[in-house]
Amino acid sequence: MSQLDPTSRQSVKAPNFVIQVFTHRLFWPVVGLILLWVACGIALPGSDTAPGFWSITMMDGHLFGQIIDILRAAAPILLLALGMCLVIATGGIDLSVGAVMALSSSVSLSYLISSPTRETLPTVLIAIGLGLLTGLVVGLFNGTMVARLKIQPFIATLIIMVAGRGVAFAFTGGRIESVVSPPFKFLGSGFVLSLPTQVVIVTIVAAIVMISVRMSALGVLVESIGVNRQASFLAGVPASSILMLVYGLCGLLAGLAGMIYVAPTMATNANAIGLMLELDAILCVVLGGTALSGGKFYLSGTVVGALLVATLPKAVIYFGFPMQITPLFKGLVILIICIAQSQTLRDQFARRSLRRSVALAEGSPS
Amino acid sequence: MKKKLLALGVAAALSLSLAACTTPEEGTNGDTLIKVGFSQIGSESGWRTANTDSVKASLSKDNGFELTFADAMGKQENQIKALRDFITAGVDVISFTPIVETGWDQVLQEIKDAGIPVVLVDRLVDTTVEDPYVTWVGADFRLEGQLAGQWVKENYPDAKIFELQGQLGSGAQIERELGFHEYMAANIIGQATGNFNREDGKVAMEAALAKYPDMNLLFAHNDDMGLGAIEAIKAAGKVPGVDIIIVTVDGVKAGLEALLEGEINYIVECNPVFGDQIADLIKKVYADEPVNKENIVVDATFEHGTFTQEELDQRKY
Repeated sequence: MSQLDPTSRQSVKAPNFVIQVFTHRLFWPVVGLILLWVACGIALPGSDTAPGFWSITMMDGHLFGQIIDILRAAAPILLLALGMCLVIATGGIDLSVGAVMALSSSVSLSYLISSPTRETLPTVLIAIGLGLLTGLVVGLFNGTMVARLKIQPFIATLIIMVAGRGVAFAFTGGRIESVVSPPFKFLGSGFVLSLPTQVVIVTIVAAIVMISVRMSALGVLVESIGVNRQASFLAGVPASSILMLVYGLCGLLAGLAGMIYVAPTMATNANAIGLMLELDAILCVVLGGTALSGGKFYLSGTVVGALLVATLPKAVIYFGFPMQITPLFKGLVILIICIAQSQTLRDQFARRSLRRSVALAEGSPS
Repeated sequence: MKKKLLALGVAAALSLSLAACTTPEEGTNGDTLIKVGFSQIGSESGWRTANTDSVKASLSKDNGFELTFADAMGKQENQIKALRDFITAGVDVISFTPIVETGWDQVLQEIKDAGIPVVLVDRLVDTTVEDPYVTWVGADFRLEGQLAGQWVKENYPDAKIFELQGQLGSGAQIERELGFHEYMAANIIGQATGNFNREDGKVAMEAALAKYPDMNLLFAHNDDMGLGAIEAIKAAGKVPGVDIIIVTVDGVKAGLEALLEGEINYIVECNPVFGDQIADLIKKVYADEPVNKENIVVDATFEHGTFTQEELDQRKY
């Protein structure tokens, strides 16, 4: 037994296809999501009078159902997570995205509140433009701190995480103020092609980001910075410009997320909007198989992560758990997926099963 | 050179602002102002901001106060720091709304040692310090829950109720729930928290609508969660106020507007505008006059159908 070195045994292998599926980055997140949704389906079987978890109905040409609700809830989280994923791939982190949501929504809604023509489309477009611009400016500020001044991303983005809400306070006067503007509200409660507006917007944005990152060299360049910024710079990668681009994009997406997030309820709230969502975004990225150390990243995994994170708070209600244990339940689900993803555990598991198959092939070893 | 100039400028600005702090100021009537340090929790809801506005308006210079207002932005450590700053600044009276009940022992002892009287607002403390405060003024959350429960019992005795709870563990959540349950406990089919804000209220209601399809009445611990729930109810193709009767507590402007439109059916007011009562108590405490240990703010109730636009226009918040 002791003289066996499993890695040197090339002759005994598990079937290639099975290994590929099991070791695929997306395997455990997808399994986790499917199991969670199956459990939700069992908790909400549906009846003659009430639709179940899986039922999707058409009313007035719009799709309704729990899955649709989850997609809607996942939309702003996914916007944050896509930007976060690219930032993390460069070996950085962006803690400011939650505060950016509060800031962009405050700027946008404050403008609407102050404008007498707040119910007209041009005004709403300006309001949205201002919100996006806010996100972009903050993103570029973060980018400058990280790329040009070489401040550690954790600290650089912590500045806005702390100060951003303060600025949002200045815009709203710390007030929760509602505003009525049908075109803006359409962002949050309208439908396009039978689907909620925000789901359509986020799908398009996600597609653009994924395609432009993977169809060009950008994705590889981002990864090269994450693996070794110095080496990539020496190899001719314009590291600073790419970092600016990535942080700028992350801020822009967070700005958009802020507006989509407030659109259904249409009220400023510098305190509660986006609170702790930076951590949810990081969680989506990590659940999706991207390592915080930078380098390889998986945008498709991030999408799965966002669906998981959006389902968790609803699942607690479907299951009828007492609300006090919600954090525990969330923690447990995350723990299980992280353990399943652990490379060390997987290597050990693979080594053990390899050993067993070697032993089987050679007959009794001792 | 530039740096030196900048440093000089900063130093000058600092000394100016310090000077501004130390200059003794006088009220319009010539008396010395009562120095009050007020620490607010934050601005997590419309109720809180209305309360803050009322406190600031009542503790004004014209009324004889020099107010130092500190917003803790939802964190106890900020609040403790603010209280220590008040001691250092040597205020006459400290007033604050404790964000949680425990964890105040040390700072309250420091305040006591400094001989500064404390006026608690809205919430209470649980501490080992003896006589930690002179007086408390605030709403009776349990009574609010009871008023809501009474109305439901009279009008919808067979309702199947879903309850949107406030931030778990907060006084308002615990007491409103207890008060409401005294009347309607048997009719509650489900509960979830919406953390007193619209977005979380909406998310919880979306799931609850699927989990409890029989639900025909919603009791939300504040208006904001009720307003979020209304969006979820609409998104599920139902009519708020008709298919699902909605009862909330607070009475902020957006909530009363929804009441006027019939999307909310009944609101128990939790009146945040009691700055004048706080000011009155602080004056008495400062003058060493006897005060009640507990002072309850009077709450009203509003019902759809009887509440009018004029009443809405007259409200200060």
